[in-house]
Amino acid sequence: MDKIQRSHLLIEDLSVARGERILLGGISLQLSSGQIAEVTGPNGVGKSTLLRAIAGFFPLRSGRMSWVESEAADSVPLAERLHYVGHLDGLKSALTARENLEVGLGFLGRDRRTALQALDCMELAHVLDLPVGYLSAGQRRRVALARLLIVDRPLWLLDEPLTALDRHARALLKAIVAGHLGSGGLTLTATHEPLGLAGTIQVRLGTR
Amino acid sequence: MTRILLVVFVRDLMLARRIGGGGILGLVFFLSLVTVVPFAIGPDLRLLSRIGPAILWIAALLASLLGLDRLFQADQEDGSLDQMLLSPAPLELIVLVKCMAHWFMTGLPLVMLSPLFGLMFNLDGPALRSVAATLLVGTPTFTFLGAIGAALTVTLRRGGLLLSILVVPLAVPVLIFGVSAAQSATIPFLTPFLVLCALGLASIALAPIAAASALRSAGE
Repeated sequence: MDKIQRSHLLIEDLSVARGERILLGGISLQLSSGQIAEVTGPNGVGKSTLLRAIAGFFPLRSGRMSWVESEAADSVPLAERLHYVGHLDGLKSALTARENLEVGLGFLGRDRRTALQALDCMELAHVLDLPVGYLSAGQRRRVALARLLIVDRPLWLLDEPLTALDRHARALLKAIVAGHLGSGGLTLTATHEPLGLAGTIQVRLGTR
Repeated sequence: MTRILLVVFVRDLMLARRIGGGGILGLVFFLSLVTVVPFAIGPDLRLLSRIGPAILWIAALLASLLGLDRLFQADQEDGSLDQMLLSPAPLELIVLVKCMAHWFMTGLPLVMLSPLFGLMFNLDGPALRSVAATLLVGTPTFTFLGAIGAALTVTLRRGGLLLSILVVPLAVPVLIFGVSAAQSATIPFLTPFLVLCALGLASIALAPIAAASALRSAGE
């Protein structure tokens, strides 16, 4: 597994615009292996936009974003080193949980766990062969989060990961994120409800 | 890389089969158009066999346009497109494979049934063959050209109309050469057919690039 190596995400004075309108400006952030940052701020301030910009779905207007891996000699594009779980879960209602995860695995490449193992970690093994359309919002969320486990990628971008999760599932996700950080991963969440992990870096938007 | 593309292909076929709609819808539309025209024109067999190839081609064009608006929209709405953007495979190739899967489910059945529908227009053996051959080349061209329109209108909820307006002008040259090859009674078959093939190959090569760049900007 290549995850033990040190990785750094460096964001300097990033700004994002849609047309003439500046959505976000002057964001700076440094995140290293084992660290988690929480982006907070009022609704509409651009938390999701920041995460989507880091994922590369938005072109940057200005600023720099760099990804450094100590051992990777060849520069892998950042988009291939990150997981993004957003408001849209990327799951197909007509496919079963297993098929959805296998498709996710197929898109992202290089498996670490099987669909069953990943769902087992999210305590959802019993819905493996149910179409995702039959699941509740919280269960869908958990299937989407299981994608984090199925493919090994160091940077996790989680947009409101706790939405629709019950208390037990929140504890489960917290443990999974802690495990990811422990093995040298990086996590950036946008949230109103802190995960409550020690050493969380706070990034507060909306004070500009 | 090949595995990623295989997954995309199988996934799209699986989704098309489970959700239904698209492919069958196009086929039923094709069938109804082709059935209605002889009734409207009347039992003039010579006239029917003369305009038959053109009617089949027009029906194929309209049927191809029918399901195209969902080609990328379904993936954009549920966030699957984001996951595709994170894939190591270039979006251009994913688009190419998605178009192939779409054609496989919608265009290919149409081509295979076209000889049967041709009988309704009193087409003879050689004419049936040339209609099927030209449609075999023409329908993927429509799918790929349509993919450009589908990618441009991916964020529009009622993008179907705009898609038709965008795609039909691009499809006109394909229609012209397709129908002239299919009506090979008046013009030799090979020349327009080769031009049709060239148009098809150009669209397969260029449309994925255009569609992928439209999809990338749609993420903004």
